[in-house]
Amino acid sequence: MSVKEAEVLEHGTSLAHPAHEEILGEQFETLEQQNNAYLIGMWAFIVQEVLFLGAIFAAYGIYRLKYLHEFTLAHKELDWVVGGINTLVLLASSYTMARAVRAAMQNKHGRQILYLGFTLFFAGIFMFNKYIEYSKKYEHHLIPGWGYDAHAIVEHGEKKKILEPLPDGNYKIKLETEKTVTPEEFKQRTQLFLGFYFILTGLHGLHVLVGMIAIGVLMVRAYIDYKKRKPVADYMPVEMVGLYWHFVDIVWIFIYPLLYLIGR
Amino acid sequence: MATQTIAHGEQQRVNYLNWKTTVASWLFTYDHKRIGILYLVSITIFFLLGGIAAALIRMELATPKGDLLTSDVYNKMFTIHGVLMIFFFLVPSIPAVFGNFVLPMMIGARDVAFPRLNLLSWYFFMVGALLATIALVKGGIDTGWTFYTPYSSSFAKGEVSLAIVGVFLAGFSSIFTGINFLVTIHKMRAPGMTWFRLPLFVWAMYATSLIQVLGTPVVAITLLLVAVERSLRIGIFDPNLGGDPILYQHLFWFYSHPAVYIMILPGMGVISEVISAFSKKRVFGYHFVAFASLAIAIIGFLVWGHHMFSTGQSIYASILFSFLTFLVAIPSAIKTFNWMATIWKGRVHWEAPMIYALGFMGLFVIGGLTGLYLAAMATNVHLTDTYFIVAHFHYVMVGGAIMAYLAALHFWWPKMTGRMYPQSWAKLSALLVFVGFNLTFFPQFILGYMGMPRRYHSYPEEWAALNLLSSAGASVLGIGYLLPAIYLVWSLKYGRVVTERNPWGARGLEWELVDTPPDPHNFERTPIVTRPAYDYGHPEEPTGIIPKPRPVVVGGKDG
Repeated sequence: MSVKEAEVLEHGTSLAHPAHEEILGEQFETLEQQNNAYLIGMWAFIVQEVLFLGAIFAAYGIYRLKYLHEFTLAHKELDWVVGGINTLVLLASSYTMARAVRAAMQNKHGRQILYLGFTLFFAGIFMFNKYIEYSKKYEHHLIPGWGYDAHAIVEHGEKKKILEPLPDGNYKIKLETEKTVTPEEFKQRTQLFLGFYFILTGLHGLHVLVGMIAIGVLMVRAYIDYKKRKPVADYMPVEMVGLYWHFVDIVWIFIYPLLYLIGR
Repeated sequence: MATQTIAHGEQQRVNYLNWKTTVASWLFTYDHKRIGILYLVSITIFFLLGGIAAALIRMELATPKGDLLTSDVYNKMFTIHGVLMIFFFLVPSIPAVFGNFVLPMMIGARDVAFPRLNLLSWYFFMVGALLATIALVKGGIDTGWTFYTPYSSSFAKGEVSLAIVGVFLAGFSSIFTGINFLVTIHKMRAPGMTWFRLPLFVWAMYATSLIQVLGTPVVAITLLLVAVERSLRIGIFDPNLGGDPILYQHLFWFYSHPAVYIMILPGMGVISEVISAFSKKRVFGYHFVAFASLAIAIIGFLVWGHHMFSTGQSIYASILFSFLTFLVAIPSAIKTFNWMATIWKGRVHWEAPMIYALGFMGLFVIGGLTGLYLAAMATNVHLTDTYFIVAHFHYVMVGGAIMAYLAALHFWWPKMTGRMYPQSWAKLSALLVFVGFNLTFFPQFILGYMGMPRRYHSYPEEWAALNLLSSAGASVLGIGYLLPAIYLVWSLKYGRVVTERNPWGARGLEWELVDTPPDPHNFERTPIVTRPAYDYGHPEEPTGIIPKPRPVVVGGKDG
């Protein structure tokens, strides 16, 4: 038995601060233990998310190597300006989120609500831009499995002189190297690209939506704490939603160059 | 508290089973012990359903002609058997039932770190199981449990997508359990419970949780992509649409090979507990057994390609995968030899859990060694998709994992229920399972070596004798599994009442400091651990102590 153990044995385990009592879960001994548990749990969840989305990124990378020409043409349909604006919007939201976490740690409810509100606002802009992007894809019949039609991509390619229809009906794609594909192959492979685009941005958008709901809940909670003039509020939920939010941002930081920018 | 029963005569002590008895108190419980029981009841149902499918398969194969089931129904049967047994029985079996029930007690905690997430994981499991069962009953699916593309994504009829969503939800249930245990083991250990004082079951659960968190999301998204391909006809895996079916196999086995270790590692943890408890000796080479669990989890992530030697993957990749697969044998062998060394010169008590554990060792060694035949590339090509494979993985997953599951059930049953089952019946059923299992699956090694392919409902006459032997063995095995179901349920009402904390004389906080059946909060106060695990050499020294109540402080919190 170590000295520390003997000490604990004599005096019992350390007492929680009285003000912490109502935010301390029944299963925990101290607030520090609880906070660390939540943090490790959130990180484990994020690692899980990395593998969840990582598998799609891996598949995308493999098919991009395999169908480089078709993918390069199809990706020119994505609007890199809107994507770029969205990148900036998300980065700004990450900043406001970090400020919100700081405010929560300092127990400043008003400031916390303000910064959470900013974050929610930026997230709203992001989703609005996504809506515009998606509806453009719908207008151009570029939704996979939903009357998909590669005409827009073909016309676009012809205009930029990187796609040339051959007399036999096939397409010749001229990048640094040339490749000839049948219209059917062209349709399938560009559809595959847009499939990856919708799966990746769709899952990402779903994560943004979940984050928005969580931020909304946090705002309501902070408002209740503010009304009650709680001396010590639990900042861990804000910290954890913050971690999640930064993760969602980082996913976008990978999506934007890999889908929008590469090969432009 | 334990003495109250005697002191007050008929008045019963409050325990986790009787402190609230409404249905809602079970369905909305955050108590890790009750959630463990919820899992126990639910997976038993799926074990029964999967077992019925297995019985129909063996009945069909008793004769060479396809007379009982049409080939179509036969395909659906082995799919039902595989999907239910793997995703809804084996993966949650030991982690979700016994991990939930005993892990917090073993480390001296009141509960897991996230009790609500724990309950949520059970609901995910149940909804997933419900969807999968609907898909399997409503016309059935015939893809096999592996959902190989392009068959599953472009050709298979039936509710494949529904089954996939079911497996997806069960996968997230498994991820939640993994996250919960990782955090619990890191942060919820009682004072004095250092990493190298942890029981080896906890080490095994730690390794299992790592696999659950790192592997399961990959298969979840992969199956989701299959469902997307099915509904939108995007060519991710179907070569007709420009996709690559081999990519599916890579992503699938990236999880599904480590998933084998999700099934066997907790079993190994149980065996360490049982062998040491009934040999009254510390597990030989504790550190090696603990690190062997981690080694299996880590190397297990690098061997998935051995499922694909005959798919035309690069020969150099195959050589590497083959080498790494041989490597897994080392930590597995360390464990087996150390268990044997634990028994050696121990005071062996031949109680039912010990018989099951010894059965595990025998079957697991055969299952593990035949894995080496399959890891060798040359023999693998000959044995791929034959009954040799079927026999090999049943030796590991049924002979190994289920034997360990039954050992755990018999070991912790008195703690869970406060009742003792009849020992002689339990020993008989352990023997029946061991004999029946070998009769069922050993002939399949020979059949596979002779070239009998898996997944056919009829076969040539010359294989009739061995198949009949296998089917006969299956009925012995079936009786071996039915017996515990009968006498365990019987014991709930008529079994000897167990009031002592430690009926086996085992070491460990869950035996020494927790009442039988446990108090809703496990311990009176958070214990302090003072001895390493399995300290059978010092019977007078308890593994942990409950500290004296704290001096009363005004405004202080009373634990």
